[in-house]
Amino acid sequence: MASTYETVAGIISDTCDIEPGKITPESHAINDLGIDSLDFLDVAFAIDKAFGIKMPLEQWTQDVNAGTVTTDEYFVLKNLCANIDKLVAAKSV
Amino acid sequence: MRLEYFQMVDRIVTLDVSGRRIATACQVPERSPVFEGHFPGYPILPGVLMIEIMAQTGGWLVLATQRCAKMPFLMQVEKAKMRAFVAPGQALDANATLVHEGSGYAVAKAHIKVGGKTVAEAEIRYGVVSFPNETLKAAMVETARRIGLPEEFQNGA
Repeated sequence: MASTYETVAGIISDTCDIEPGKITPESHAINDLGIDSLDFLDVAFAIDKAFGIKMPLEQWTQDVNAGTVTTDEYFVLKNLCANIDKLVAAKSV
Repeated sequence: MRLEYFQMVDRIVTLDVSGRRIATACQVPERSPVFEGHFPGYPILPGVLMIEIMAQTGGWLVLATQRCAKMPFLMQVEKAKMRAFVAPGQALDANATLVHEGSGYAVAKAHIKVGGKTVAEAEIRYGVVSFPNETLKAAMVETARRIGLPEEFQNGA
């Protein structure tokens, strides 16, 4: 079974037409990979479906806009995957 | 339907918010400047307007689920197929089903039928955001009343 990171990296590669070799756990989806808001909509939809979750993008956006976290918290892939794992774990409780 | 004003939906026929389904009636006008150009001597409804019909039909479903508190804006169209020509004066039955409700976005599958036969289909993706101003919100609520969106789904406005 693929890890969360492998699944997410695969989704990003397929959805945004980015070579898999350019994607690392340290990659920032926006700053490093150049994913724009429309492509991120595709990524979010694919992640929601793949993991059976609803990523709270509106809350994350509010957090970033309020300055309580940086975009790294949600858009660096290893952090994104950690947040996905939390959402999956919360779902199964 | 008033093509020049992008008023595509005449009436909500059925609305099942818990089942995330909607059906609308859309009467193509006999005459419109649109048909003078599309095409001279052979008037048919432009495919982009068929997509708009499906987007608005699914959009009203999103508005109902949000009780008109948020506005769905068309962001993406996938797998669109225009299977048959639509002529002036034809009565269209549009329907949409919400297949995913994400955070700040929604995805619907929509169809248009004429006499029970599918003439168009597409997957529509929306960005669902707060109304940018009161003018738009008021106009949407007024349209909601005109096309028969039940009062209970206008509450958030």
